[in-house]
Amino acid sequence: MTAIDQAASVAIDPEETRRVRRERAERIGRWVLPLTIMTLAILAWDRVCVWNEIPHYILPRPGVVLQALVDDAGLLFSSLLVTLRITFLGLALAVAGGVGLAVLFAQSKWVEMSFFPFAVVLQVTPIVAIFPLINIYVDNQTTKLLLCAWIVAFFPILSNTTLGLNSADRNLRDLFALNGATRWQELWLLRLPAAMPYFLGGLKIAGGLALIGAVVAEFVAGAAGQSSGLASRIIEAGYRLNAPRLFAALILISATGIVIFLVLSWVSHMMLRRWHESALKQER
Amino acid sequence: MLAHQTPTERPASPAPLLSLRGVGKAFSNGVTALSGVDMTIRQGDFVSLLGPSGCGKSTALRIVAGLSSPTTGTLDWHSEPIGQRDLGFVFQEPTLMPWASVFDNVWLPLRLRGVSRSEAAPQIAEMLERVHLTGFENAVPRELSGGMKMRVSIARSLVTRPKLLLMDEPFAALDEITRFKLNDDILELWQDRKLTVVFVTHSVFESVFLSNRIIVMAARPGRVHGEFGVDAPYPRDERFRTSAAYAALCRDASEALLGAINASHQSSRVRA
Repeated sequence: MTAIDQAASVAIDPEETRRVRRERAERIGRWVLPLTIMTLAILAWDRVCVWNEIPHYILPRPGVVLQALVDDAGLLFSSLLVTLRITFLGLALAVAGGVGLAVLFAQSKWVEMSFFPFAVVLQVTPIVAIFPLINIYVDNQTTKLLLCAWIVAFFPILSNTTLGLNSADRNLRDLFALNGATRWQELWLLRLPAAMPYFLGGLKIAGGLALIGAVVAEFVAGAAGQSSGLASRIIEAGYRLNAPRLFAALILISATGIVIFLVLSWVSHMMLRRWHESALKQER
Repeated sequence: MLAHQTPTERPASPAPLLSLRGVGKAFSNGVTALSGVDMTIRQGDFVSLLGPSGCGKSTALRIVAGLSSPTTGTLDWHSEPIGQRDLGFVFQEPTLMPWASVFDNVWLPLRLRGVSRSEAAPQIAEMLERVHLTGFENAVPRELSGGMKMRVSIARSLVTRPKLLLMDEPFAALDEITRFKLNDDILELWQDRKLTVVFVTHSVFESVFLSNRIIVMAARPGRVHGEFGVDAPYPRDERFRTSAAYAALCRDASEALLGAINASHQSSRVRA
């Protein structure tokens, strides 16, 4: 605090003035610029529809989409809830599975070497290609969808947490050994805290992937006519050439993804803000 | 701070605490870190291992700590053997847990021994006072200066009241003013707690100021080049640091180190 008081009393040179002005401009621009561009894009969309007389079942005007969002709110939001339930359950299972497996891998290099390739296989095989198999083997609709969301979301958590658990400071590990730490103590007091920034990075990726996994699974399942999530609303609207509702559902999915990302970023920031470089404000 | 210190009388030849006998350490990549090292550490010693980089002084320290075992030779304890849990170790970097507060970092060795937070609190408070960090209990390492972090590290190494303290170039990365201050503090702790200290350093001035004995090591392979007694009374303070006697001792130690460095160069030339 005293440093700021002193700074205020000292005459500020032009270079410093420029820097302060640039910082202020950047701070405002960070919000104003994307909002302006977004507004302009929506305006352009509207004008294109009007000028080219595009029928609303091909490309609806933004106002019509908004109207659809309001009119069909009951239907769309109840579907969103179904999709969200799958997304969050899938993410929770991915966290449990990813962290659990990572902890198991961290116990022994041999376990990691043996089983990591399986995780990679699951990750690189497109979920759409796996789904028909899941459809054959699993009866319960929710279980099917959950399994898909889980397969898509768990890998970044597993991979990042494994990296984090192995990145604990070598000297600290020696210190734990010198003090007779048990394996459990080392895991709980050293390796898990050290892995936290890596885990949270993986969680941010997994949050978005869980939503994608849930929607993709609904799409594939929905094609078989057994789903009620947002994806099935989109398919349905597509069949009926109800483009406004299609757009409204799409916007809802995007907004959900953005909210999930922002929430997880905030959680990550709150957990790391006291100690980790990534969450600290730059000091001058 | 130094006023309350009284010169401690140390017996002419105190009982030996531990000896390395013919200790060698070879790594699988063909590097011989140590070869035929003999040294004895006596109770109450402040011994410096001084030598150029690559002379195996850190390896010798790790062997004493039990973090590494010798390829050849033995490590003998003379009185009761000091297990890993009875020694303190200070690393080159502060090596603190960045997510934990100063209090929790100092608590760690006790916590690993099953001492609860409240039971440990008085010891931690006392230790933090000794290293002049009272009031910083809740700070995280990130918020501390380099010197303060090293103080936390020292507090952590001594909170279990070990008899033997091993230090691996602990002050090498600090500025000179901070280093002088920490040198004074570590001498004070050594005297008050009747510690035995093995101090690895590559600074002649630091080793002369601190130790009663300097073991000079040479490199390629790491070996003991010679031993050097520092005949100056404790407590040593600012007056000692600026005295002619200190300058003379530093000159002698520098010459011994130069001899060790030359010996290292010769052996590397022979190997090349």
